[in-house]
Amino acid sequence: MNALLLTLLTPLVGALLLALIRSLGPAGWLNLAVSALTLVGAVWLALSVGLDGSLTGMGFRVDAFNIYLVVLTAFVGLTTAIFSRPYMRHVCAEGRVSVGSLRIYHSMYQAFMLTMLVALTTDNLGVLWVAVEGATLATVLLVSLYRTPEAVEAAWKYFILCGVGIALALFGTVLTYFAAQHVLQDPDAGLSWSLLYDHAEALDPTVMRIAFVFLLVGYGTKIGLVPLHQWLPDAHSEGPTPMSAVLSGLLLNVALYAVVRFKMLVDGSLAETATPHLAGSLLMGFGLVSFVVAGLFLHRQRDIKRMFSYSSIEHMGLMTFAFGLGGPLATFGALLHMLVHSLTKSAIFITVGHAAHIAGTQSIDRIRGLIRTQPAVGWSLLIGVVAIAGFPPFGVFTSEFLLLTATMQTHPWFTVVLLSGLVIAFAGLFRHLHPMVYGAAPKGQQPVQANMLPVFIHLGLVLWLGLSIPGFLAAWLDSATQLITGEHLL
Amino acid sequence: MSLTLMPLLQQFMLLLAALVLFLSFVLLAQARLVAAIHIFAWQGALIAAVTFTVAVTGDAPHLYFSALLTLALKAMLIPWMLHRLVRQLGLERHTEVLIRPGLVVMAAVVLVIFSYWVVVPMVEQSLAFTRNIIAVSLAVVLIGLLMMVFRQQAVAQVLGFMSMENGLFLAAISATAGMPLVVELGVAFDVLVAMVLFGVFFFQIRESIDSLDVDRLNRLTETLEQDSGEQP
Amino acid sequence: MLSAWLLALIQALLYVALAPLLVGWVRKVKARLQNRRGPRVLQPYADLRKLLRKETRVAYTASPLFLVAPYIVFVATWLAAATVPLVVMDLPVARIADIIVLVGLLGLARFFLALAGMDIGTAFGGMGASREMMVSGLAEPAMLMAVFTLAMSAHSTSLAGVIYQHWADGLVLRPSYLFALGALMLVALAECGRIPVDNHATHLELTMIHEAMLLEYSGRHLALMEWAAQIKLMLYGVLIVNVFLPWGMATDFTPVALALGLVTVIAKLAVLGGALAIAETVLAKMRLFRVPAFLNLALLLGLLGLLSHVILEVGV
Repeated sequence: MNALLLTLLTPLVGALLLALIRSLGPAGWLNLAVSALTLVGAVWLALSVGLDGSLTGMGFRVDAFNIYLVVLTAFVGLTTAIFSRPYMRHVCAEGRVSVGSLRIYHSMYQAFMLTMLVALTTDNLGVLWVAVEGATLATVLLVSLYRTPEAVEAAWKYFILCGVGIALALFGTVLTYFAAQHVLQDPDAGLSWSLLYDHAEALDPTVMRIAFVFLLVGYGTKIGLVPLHQWLPDAHSEGPTPMSAVLSGLLLNVALYAVVRFKMLVDGSLAETATPHLAGSLLMGFGLVSFVVAGLFLHRQRDIKRMFSYSSIEHMGLMTFAFGLGGPLATFGALLHMLVHSLTKSAIFITVGHAAHIAGTQSIDRIRGLIRTQPAVGWSLLIGVVAIAGFPPFGVFTSEFLLLTATMQTHPWFTVVLLSGLVIAFAGLFRHLHPMVYGAAPKGQQPVQANMLPVFIHLGLVLWLGLSIPGFLAAWLDSATQLITGEHLL
Repeated sequence: MSLTLMPLLQQFMLLLAALVLFLSFVLLAQARLVAAIHIFAWQGALIAAVTFTVAVTGDAPHLYFSALLTLALKAMLIPWMLHRLVRQLGLERHTEVLIRPGLVVMAAVVLVIFSYWVVVPMVEQSLAFTRNIIAVSLAVVLIGLLMMVFRQQAVAQVLGFMSMENGLFLAAISATAGMPLVVELGVAFDVLVAMVLFGVFFFQIRESIDSLDVDRLNRLTETLEQDSGEQP
Repeated sequence: MLSAWLLALIQALLYVALAPLLVGWVRKVKARLQNRRGPRVLQPYADLRKLLRKETRVAYTASPLFLVAPYIVFVATWLAAATVPLVVMDLPVARIADIIVLVGLLGLARFFLALAGMDIGTAFGGMGASREMMVSGLAEPAMLMAVFTLAMSAHSTSLAGVIYQHWADGLVLRPSYLFALGALMLVALAECGRIPVDNHATHLELTMIHEAMLLEYSGRHLALMEWAAQIKLMLYGVLIVNVFLPWGMATDFTPVALALGLVTVIAKLAVLGGALAIAETVLAKMRLFRVPAFLNLALLLGLLGLLSHVILEVGV
């Protein structure tokens, strides 16, 4: 419990402190230190929870499913903070943002981390909602940080769409609570996930069915499922790059995590009815549509960050599909994919931030010859895209391979769709990537001061996960799989 | 359970819920901003009254607090903030040109029928009056959504958003006699922060497009032209 | 049986007798609210008597329709009024005529009124007729919606049945009744040509509706038309007070109950008339183009009444 308190209180205190610090230099370092301390807390928490154990109490619940997401969140938070310090200083030096705005930026960065961690660790479905909505509120000002008309528009779209979506999710939560009140004695415990999960089969299927539709639409907006994805490319492309990295790498995961938690309840409730796999089928449908549509949209992007945000939608669609598929193999694959996608995508966004600095634009057509200008950035981008496209020997390949195998076992026809979707996405990414990294550099293009350490760490980890998954992580994911599906894979 | 068999207080609750729905319609069709804010405030007051009635009928003392919170937040603070913002933005006399108001109202009627249809399967699960109010609150939520879709004015969109929240409050209160206190406080906090941020955004939007007509926020589309990718 | 029919006849006559009084009362209250002394309450009777005595002039272009229209309008309105219970709930007329007949009779009266307005061929008459048709075309669906809401609650289209049901249920807060009341009030304002839809007190406005159709009438024709309009106002008033507040109405034919019923209905009408006067003082007449929005609101209220009845009030 102490570890949990450390993990949660650190970003809270950090957000408050950073709101007070005026000067830029210490703020960047403090942000870094707070993120590091959060990671320490998360690792400590993971060690104390262990592989099979779970920690409940005070309205929190840490089990195998969320603990690895907590560590992942804290880790990506730290590496992005490492990247953000020099990056934001550079942005500030260019005069695009004021020092005051940066105060908001740093404070909100930690507030965002706090909401993410609370959303992951809470046992109360209502608090989960509050935290996810809080994440929107924390990031919305960051999306409009540059105050350009595009940024304001993106932020407004983000705010309105996610606000609407999340409101529908609250309606679903209310319905869940309504169903719970007929099952549980203590009305105040009606939103406790642990209790509901223990009594899932007693929850009224009719109510839960309706509730899940609202929850899926609501949190699905946050995941970026097509056709509710409109905000995502805008918010990613117009916000500051560290924000894009954490939005893509973390926020989408947390929303998906919420949906899966609810799916576990609904599956329990619907087990005896005529449609036991309703939740899974819905997830599969939404996931597959998002996967294919986003892959097609990749082709027509002109903005580099927009392109990679569509790639995020694509991968979130794949994970949603996999969780919908159910079964230990698919779930294991989806959990692994969550991990490797977050690592790879945040590395890519960090690299893209540097690339855009070098070229002075986000327009794909004008980013040229990165390898010639600055090999570290160019090669990182190339390797990152190779990894995200699902090439061996990277981790994304492993998880996608697992997912394809699982699909082949139960729904062989969908394998065709998935494979062609992967090919489409691959083509979309590489037709844009090739001229950006190879080719002659435009005149006068200078290398920039770039801290590539986070990128190397992320890509190294993804490579490692592709070559061999360490035993403790495999056991970890396995117990999460057991928690979600009831069966062990390994 | 038929209406005539219910205790008077529950009938009163239904009456209030029906009035909330009616105010949603009025809000939807109200072109004048200031009047719309007043309607929104009344809606909030009605929600508080529903909460209060539930607190009186069931022995749920924490709902008195919740009623007070709703009244303070939804009927006073947020309308006051909106009013102040509208005054600061010089929009007191702003009248929006509504596009096909009749059609929109008919769409809202269809939404009411739709919400009823959604909720009908829950018939056997509970007392009838609960289910009925869920249908009404879902309708209020969906009408708020409709308002956000069809209004172009940023303030009106925010009103739609807030009236959606009203519908959610109504659902929480009537279906389950209120959410646990920690959740309720969290939601109230989120709504308040959202309102503050909306206020910030009104100024940012006006600064960037010289108007609060959100329809003019159309730079970001899929067929993005070359000129908009200037920022790393 | 005979006494029941006799009572029905007396009740119908009461409408004719009391209608000018209601109008006089409304005018008086309105005058006092505007700080005028105003004509005495009985003035409408004197006006009617004067008109009935005066020579009746008819334009040379008038067709026979123009001549019979006042009688048809008067009789149709009167018959319509006779179907609305005034003092006693249950009367034999209920078996002949239900709410739909009531709406139909009013429609008939309006049809002939509009025809007569156009008959002479003056600009004002045609204008008034077309406006009247626009208003009633919008008001009638709203009225029917409200009426259906009532009928659904009572499972009967008979007005007596609706009133009896409401009375027998005792105090039940029905959202649908609230909406139906709102709709019916708006419709009544429009149909009786009151502010904010039409101004009854003038025939000098370009936007007038009802008065424009009567411009060519004089003498007893005009008296009948005016009287019919007064009966219509009273009809709507009685409809509103007796359907929504049926308490005090006589349920049997004993003299005490009848007397009590008469006194309560007059008291209720007096209050409603006062409210109408206040509303007319407070509100301004709206532009003609706004009238559809006004009546759409009535339609919406009627629709919401229906919906809230189905959603909120029907038991499972």
